[in-house]
Order: sequence, then structure tokens, then C-alpha cells
Amino acid sequence: MPHFTPYSALLGGLLIGTAASLMLLLKGRIAGISGIVGGLLHPSKGDASWRALFLIGMMTAPLGALLVTGHLPEISSQASTRTILLSGLLVGFGTRLGSGCTSGHGVCGLARRSPRSLVATLTFIASGALAVFLSRHVFGGAS
Amino acid sequence: MNAKQSLASLLLGALFGVGLMVSGMMQPQKVQDFLDFTGSWDPSLALVMGGAFLVSALAFPLIVRRKVPLIGHKFHLPTARDLDAKLIIGSALFGIGWGLGGFCPGPAIVGVATGSTSALLFALAMLVGMALHRTYHDLTTPSQ
Repeated sequence: MPHFTPYSALLGGLLIGTAASLMLLLKGRIAGISGIVGGLLHPSKGDASWRALFLIGMMTAPLGALLVTGHLPEISSQASTRTILLSGLLVGFGTRLGSGCTSGHGVCGLARRSPRSLVATLTFIASGALAVFLSRHVFGGAS
Repeated sequence: MNAKQSLASLLLGALFGVGLMVSGMMQPQKVQDFLDFTGSWDPSLALVMGGAFLVSALAFPLIVRRKVPLIGHKFHLPTARDLDAKLIIGSALFGIGWGLGGFCPGPAIVGVATGSTSALLFALAMLVGMALHRTYHDLTTPSQ
């Protein structure tokens, strides 16, 4: 397993869990990113600014990395533009229909012992694994 | 929203973003390697979720014992209980998109700020997908 990065993965997870816990403790909100973004598209009165500020805060993280390491983190994607656009549409529609994504269901929902979130998490891991299996091993690098 | 609440939102977002960056899940390939159970499986994402679960599963039950959050008026917790078709179909569609592109909403948002064209395109398409869902929702839900 040459790509396995246990320490950074665990540390990152602990930080994400800490952020989600502080979000609940301070603001009484669930740190579900698809929900925070989705609510911003059709905000009710007084409900938009915390969402925008949270997302802006998230986007300062790479700038912090730039200050510390001297360069921006680089994202290398193998996928074609068509695949990226299709996957974005599916993620946007699916997370709203299913009321959550990896953070809302996969972290916060499981922490609340929500049966809905457990079902959602098992479902998106299974369908994600199927999508990767088909794109990598059946249609071999078609993306 | 007062200054304290605004600052808290900003800092909480920043901490969440740093966590995502440290976790390695900003790399679509790493996410796809986790989902590739029959190929070059990389269990890292399981540790990310495990670490996040560990902290929040311990903290959440203690936090919700409070009557109100520290700087908010009330807790905003999901109330839906039923395992309906929307939950399962929505999650299945999300998973397919997640596997195909290797992005989920959090890393894509942070990724936009790295200047990544892929993350930007993904995020824009995601917003369109969310808007489409809103339209679909409005068409299929009788107005009250």
C-alpha cells in the first residue's frame, strides 16, 4: 500500500472532527458542507452570512499553507472536463436530494448515531466504489 | 449576526479547511484509491472518517446536553427520521459523482482557493446540480 498516509489522514480527521464539534458547541449547527452551500443558494433572512463566512474561512486554508510552506497545495486530477462536470452535477443534485454529503452524513450524522446518516454513508461509499470499479477496471481509464 | 458570531463562522471554516488539507482528501486520486477496493486500495480516507468520528462521537452527546449553544440561540439539528427513497437515491447519485470525479463538496470548495481548474469546474457544476435539485423540489412538492 504505497499511498497509505495513516498519520496525516488521522490528524486531518481529528481536526475535521474538532471543527465539527466546535461548530455544534458554538453555533449549534451541523458542519455539513453541501447543506451550508445549498442553503446559500436560497437563503432565508439572516441565514446567509454565517454560511458565506464559513465557506470563505475554508478557502483561507490554502492561503495559510502558502504562508507556511511557500507554495499553494496542488490538486492533480486525471479526469476529463466532461467527467468533472458530470460528477459535479451528480454531487450537487445528489447531496441535496439525499440531505447531506461526506461531512453532514459521514461525520456529523454518524456522530449523532443517525440511522439515516448510516444508510446514506453506506450508500454513497458503495455507489462510489461501483463508479470507480466501472471507470477504472471495466471501461479502463475512460474518464 | 454580531462580530463574535461572524468571527466564529470564519475561524470554524478555516479549521475545517485545514483539516481537509492535512487529511490528504483534497487529492481526487486519493479519494478514488479509497473507493478502489479491487485495485490499489488506500485506506487513508477510513482513518480520516475514523478520526473525525472519534472526536465528534465523543463531543456531540455532551454538547447537546446544553440548552443552547455558546453563541447561538438554539441547536439546529436534523429532525427527519425515515429511510426514504430520496435519501437513498440522492446518496447513490452523490456517490457516483464522488467516485467519478474524486471530489466531494468540502475539498472542492477548499480546492477552488488553490487555483485548481478542476476544483473550480467541479464546484460550478455542483452549484448547477444544487439549483437543478431546487427546481425539481419546487416542481414536485405541492405548495403549502
